[in-house]
Amino acid sequence: MLTFYDKTFSSRLLIGSALYPSPAIMQGAIRASGAQIVTVSLRREAAGGKTGDAFWKLIRELDVTVLPNTAGCRSVRDAVTTAKLARELFGTSWIKLEVIADNDTLQPDVVGLIEAATILINDGFEVFPYCTEDLSVAMRLVEAGCKVVMPWAAPIGSARGIINRDSLKLLRDRLPDVTLVVDAGLGAPSHAAEAMELGYDAVLLNTAIAKAADPVAMAGAFRQGVEAGRTAYEAGLMEARDFASPSTPVIGTPFWHAVS
Amino acid sequence: MRVIVNGEEREIASANIGALLGELDYEGTHFAIAVNYDVVPKSRWAETALNSGDEIEIITPRQGG
Repeated sequence: MLTFYDKTFSSRLLIGSALYPSPAIMQGAIRASGAQIVTVSLRREAAGGKTGDAFWKLIRELDVTVLPNTAGCRSVRDAVTTAKLARELFGTSWIKLEVIADNDTLQPDVVGLIEAATILINDGFEVFPYCTEDLSVAMRLVEAGCKVVMPWAAPIGSARGIINRDSLKLLRDRLPDVTLVVDAGLGAPSHAAEAMELGYDAVLLNTAIAKAADPVAMAGAFRQGVEAGRTAYEAGLMEARDFASPSTPVIGTPFWHAVS
Repeated sequence: MRVIVNGEEREIASANIGALLGELDYEGTHFAIAVNYDVVPKSRWAETALNSGDEIEIITPRQGG
């Protein structure tokens, strides 16, 4: 079972609620993914608007655990206040913490992230920090009290898959007791399977499912990819080798003669 | 008095947050509100006085990744 701050889940796929062609397809994709945790955000409501109420009704119908984010925040102050608004709005101490440094890459501001995480943990939050794959940053987040660390595979929405496999593997090896989630940049079920084969506890997906030609079918495909990767990890993958090694027995090969 | 609501300057008559939501025709039920970066719980909207120059954020749930 997967554990996030003392709550257990059977699904290892976390899914976003944005960018789907319609509300019905969003619900269909989330159901097909098997995800039990759905990310949401907070935005300004225009006077007279009911957009938030309509969206919240759709999410409530899914009977899932909600993980609010601080997407778009570019300063520690904005992120901390947004987290507090999320706690008030959604009644949860969970927060997917994003502090963004750069508009083009959506690169996490790791310095601001550590500062904001420290403030929020001291205020009783359970923080899911969106970070780079840098080991020292992950270690500082864990020292600050994060029991979950969520490194990117590639920039958000880029669909490039795991760019820095060695660093992600190093994070897994060095932080065996931390719940690790690959968040952002995955584009195909094979990418999700690769993350799971590395021993990651879960993956978080949004764009690759929502922007597929058939998001509901793609959600199912990612579900299978995550399950295959996890099963492979638990089964124990063999080490790669530099040279061939015959799988068919050599002894008794017809017409075989020793070569000098 | 003049305040800033969701980044826009406005002239309002309301003296507290509860009245402001009515004045601006907010009809939904799921809001969170911050005044000058402090979150004000729903239970304190009616009693929380507004002052000239306050920065008010009125926030609702939205799609997110």
